[in-house]
Amino acid sequence: MSIQYKSIKELKNMLNDKDISHTELVQETFLNIKNNSALNSFITLNEEESLKKADNLDNNPSSGSLAGIPIAQKDLFCTKDLKTTCGSNMLSNFIPPYSATVIENLENAGCISVGKTNMDEFAMGSSNETSFYGNVQNPWGENLVPGGSSGGSAAAVAAGIVPAASGTDTGGSIRQPASLCGISGLKPTYGRVSRWGMIAFASSLDQAGPMARTAEDCALLLNEMCSYDEKDTTSIDEVIPDFTENLNSSIQGLKIGLVKEFDLSKLDNDVVHVFEESKKHYESLGAEFIEISLPNITLSVPTYYVVAPAECSSNLSRFDGVKFGKRCDNPKDLEELYIKTRSEGFGDEVKRRILIGSYVLSAGFYDAYYKKAQQVRRLIKNDFDSAFKSVDIIMSPTTRGAAFEAGSKSDDPIQMYLEDLFTIPANLAGLPAMSIPNGMIDNKPIGLQLVGNFLDESRLLQAAHNFQISTDWHLKTPSGNKS
Amino acid sequence: MSWETVIGLEIHVQLSTDSKLFSGGSTSFGAEPNTHVDLIDLGLPGVLPVANRGAFHKAIRFGLATNAEINQTSTFDRKNYFYPDLPKGYQITQMALPIVGKGSIKIEVEGQEKIINITRAHLEEDAGKSIHDLFDGETGVDLNRAGTPLLEIVSEPEIANAKEAVAYFKAIRQIVTFLDICDGNMAQGSMRCDVNVSVKKSDAAELGTRAEIKNINSFKFIEKAINFEIDRQIRILEAGDSVIQETRLYDSVKNETRSMRSKEEANDYRYFPCPDLLPVVISDEELIKIKNNLPELPDEKEKRYVKEFDLDSSEAKIIASSKTMANMFEGACAKTDDSKLIANWLVGDISALLNKENIDIDESNLTSENFATLIERISDKTISGKIAKSVLEEIWETGNDVDKIIESKGLVQIQDESLLETIAQTVIDNNPSQVDAFKGGKDKLFGFFVGQVMKETQGKANPQSVNEILKRLLSES
Repeated sequence: MSIQYKSIKELKNMLNDKDISHTELVQETFLNIKNNSALNSFITLNEEESLKKADNLDNNPSSGSLAGIPIAQKDLFCTKDLKTTCGSNMLSNFIPPYSATVIENLENAGCISVGKTNMDEFAMGSSNETSFYGNVQNPWGENLVPGGSSGGSAAAVAAGIVPAASGTDTGGSIRQPASLCGISGLKPTYGRVSRWGMIAFASSLDQAGPMARTAEDCALLLNEMCSYDEKDTTSIDEVIPDFTENLNSSIQGLKIGLVKEFDLSKLDNDVVHVFEESKKHYESLGAEFIEISLPNITLSVPTYYVVAPAECSSNLSRFDGVKFGKRCDNPKDLEELYIKTRSEGFGDEVKRRILIGSYVLSAGFYDAYYKKAQQVRRLIKNDFDSAFKSVDIIMSPTTRGAAFEAGSKSDDPIQMYLEDLFTIPANLAGLPAMSIPNGMIDNKPIGLQLVGNFLDESRLLQAAHNFQISTDWHLKTPSGNKS
Repeated sequence: MSWETVIGLEIHVQLSTDSKLFSGGSTSFGAEPNTHVDLIDLGLPGVLPVANRGAFHKAIRFGLATNAEINQTSTFDRKNYFYPDLPKGYQITQMALPIVGKGSIKIEVEGQEKIINITRAHLEEDAGKSIHDLFDGETGVDLNRAGTPLLEIVSEPEIANAKEAVAYFKAIRQIVTFLDICDGNMAQGSMRCDVNVSVKKSDAAELGTRAEIKNINSFKFIEKAINFEIDRQIRILEAGDSVIQETRLYDSVKNETRSMRSKEEANDYRYFPCPDLLPVVISDEELIKIKNNLPELPDEKEKRYVKEFDLDSSEAKIIASSKTMANMFEGACAKTDDSKLIANWLVGDISALLNKENIDIDESNLTSENFATLIERISDKTISGKIAKSVLEEIWETGNDVDKIIESKGLVQIQDESLLETIAQTVIDNNPSQVDAFKGGKDKLFGFFVGQVMKETQGKANPQSVNEILKRLLSES
C-alpha cells in the first residue's frame, strides 16, 4: 500500500487499523527518500535508528499522539548524536551532545526523526541556494527553487516523502517555502515553542513551527511542539490549548483584515486573481472583509534587514574554530585562525549578513540603524495591536509569486530579500502566521497567508481548516491530483 | 603650577554563588581544567542563558549597603569581541540598565575620611582563562571560570592618589566580605581591578587624557602601578608631549606599566541588548526581604561595640573592620564576660601574630571557644598574662586545647602566698649586696628581685602577689 502523499491523520489510521506496521512505514519512507534523492532535500539520514524505533513500536505499542509518524527535521535543530550542520560547511562535522526541546517534544510524542533536511546556510536565504550542501529542487519543477530557508523540509513534504517536517521561521522561512511547494506551514507566536537547541540566526525573531500537508496536521504537530521551557526565558508560560479542538467550528462572522498598504496592483495579475478567488471563497464561508491600515508596515523589510543581521553577527561569533565545528588548517597565529576558519566556513550570504550586522551595531552607527530599527519595530507591533481590535485575522498572499527558477535571483540580494515582503511583519511583531495552498499559477502552487493575534494560533488553524475542507488546493501533488 | 591626579577604579568582584550567572555549572575554584563547564558555558550552538537570581540578590545587597539606587528592572547586553577563552564571542553584561545605580562609600586615609561616589555596579559573566606558558607553541583554554558571576563596581573619577585608591579598594573588599557576597580572596582572583589614571594642571577645568591599567589583583600593586603611571604621565606632559589614551599592563617584576593597545586599536564592542534574556524584574517584596536580611556592617558594629561592650572606639574600629576578627570577638564574648580583655588580646598579641604571618584569623588555629577559655584562665588567675602569651603561641602552633596545654606543661599560676613568701625570703637572703644597694636608693633593683622570684617559679608566680610580698619583705629586712 502506497504511503506517498498520505497525511498524518491518514497514516495514524493505517497504523491503528494495522494496514501497515511501523517498520513497513519507516522502510517505505526510506524507499521514497532514496527514490527522490534528486531533490536533495536531506543532508543526513537516520535510517538505522529510525528502524530500531519502529521495531520497538511494533513490539511495544505506544500511546503517543504521533507514535510512529515519520518526520523530517530541519538541520537547524540540534539532535543528540546525529550530525547537525545548519546547512553550513562550518558545522560539517558537528555532532551535538544534546537535542533541541522541539525534537524531544516530537520524539516523546512518538515521532520518528528519519533525517535532517537541507536548508539555506544558517537559515539565511529564500531559495535554498545558499546551502553548502547544494540546491534543493522543488518537486513541482526541475529547475524551480523550493523557497527557503526551510526548503528541504518543504520539498520533502511536497513530494509526499514524509507527512510532516519541522521548520523554523525568522522572516518567512516556513511560510514562503510552504507557499512555493504547495503545503501548509505555521509560524507560531514568538515564545510558543522553545528555542532551546535551535541554532540561532536572529534570536528575537526565530520561531520553530510545523510543515505538513494540511492545517489539521499542523494542529496535531503544534500540540506536541509547544511547551513552556525554563531553559528558554523567552518562552511563554501560558496554557497551551488543544489546537485541533476548534478546527471544525464554523467561521461564520469571522472578521478578516485586508492591509491597505499592501499594494497588490504591483503583483502579477495571476497572483491577484488567485487571492481574489480565495476572498470570495471565504465570503462564501461566512467571513467578512474589513480594510485595515498598518501605516508602518512598508518599513518592515528594511527594519528586518537591520535587526536580523545585527543579531546574526553576534550569534555567529561562536563559530571561531576554537571549540567545535570547522577549523582551518595550519593557521600561523590566532588572527589567521579566525580569518581563515570563518572565510572558509561561511558562505557569501552569511558573510554579507555578518558584515551588515557588524556595521549597524558599530559605534557611531548604532543609533542611526539598530536603535532606529527597533523603534520602527515597536511601531509596527503597535499597528498590529490596534488592527486586531477590529479584525480576527489578517489575510494577504504569502509570496509575490509562485516558485522561481534557480539562479534567477541569487545575484540580486534585494530581489531575494523582497521575497519575504509579506511574511516579515509577523516576525517583527511576534505574531502567529500561516500559509496554506490557495491556487496554481502555470502549474505551480502558491499560498495564502493568514496572520493571527498574539497566541491565537487556534483561530488561524480553524480558518485554514475551514478553507481546506471546502477546497482541494492542498490535495494537489506534483504527480497529479491526489485521489 | 602643580599637577593633580584623577583616578577611577573598576573593581570586578566574583560573587560567591554556587552556580554560574547563566548556567547550572559549578563555580568552585581549583578544579581540573574544563571540568566545571556545561553546554551553556561552552557556548554550544542552540544553547540559551537563564539568569541566576541569586546573583541579583547579592548585587542588590551591595547596592543597599552603599546607599545606591536599585534598578528593579535591569537588562542584559552583549559585548562582542573574539578571544579563545570567550566561548560565545560575546560577553553578556549590563550596559544600558545595570542592577545597581549611583551609590557611595566612605574611605579613610591617614585619619581623614572621604566619600567616594560609585557610578554603578553591574552584573556580567567572567571569561575563561588562556594558559600560554604550559604548552610549547600552543595556548590552552580552561573554561571553568567562564560564566562565573562578576559584579563590576565603577567609581566616579574622584580618587586623588594611590593611597586613596588602595583605601577605596579595601573599603569595597570590606563591604563585600561583610555582606558575604564575595570571599575577597585576591590571590585566587576573586577581586581584580582596572585603574584609570590621568593628570592635569591643578587649575585646569578639563580632565587629562587617561590611561587604563588592566587587571591588578593586590593592594601593593595598585599603589605601585598608580604611582608609576602618575610619574610617567607627568614626565610626558612636562616634556611638552601628550599622553595617549590607551590600555596598559602593570608588570610587577619590573614595576612599570607598558602599552597593551591604543584607542585606535581598541575593540568596537558593538553593544546591543541581549535578545535571549528578558529584563529581570525585582519585586518590592523581594527587595524588602533582602533589605531586612542585610547583615550588620562595620560602622554599625563599631558603634555597637562601644555601646554594648564598652570598648575604646579605636579598638572597636580595628575589630569591626574585619569580618573574621569581628566574628572571633563576638564568638568569644558569647562565651565569657571580659569583653575588654578579649578586645585587648585581639588588637594586641593576636593581631601581631596575624601580621607576622600575613594571614587572616580564620586561617589560624585559634577558635573562638579556645580563645574564650584562654581569657577565662587569665581572669580567674589560673595563668598570668605572660604565661597566656606562651599558651597562645602553643595554640597557634598546634591548635591544642587551652586547659590541656596549661595542665601538660604545669603552667598553673602559683597563688600560694606562704610559698611565694618563702621563695622571696630566700632570694633576699641570697643577695645581701643587692639588698643593701636597693636600700641605698637604687629603686631599679626591685625588678631584679621580681625577676629572681619568677626565675625560681619558672614564671608561674602571680606577678601582683610577688610585687606585694617583695615590697613588704624588703621594707622589713
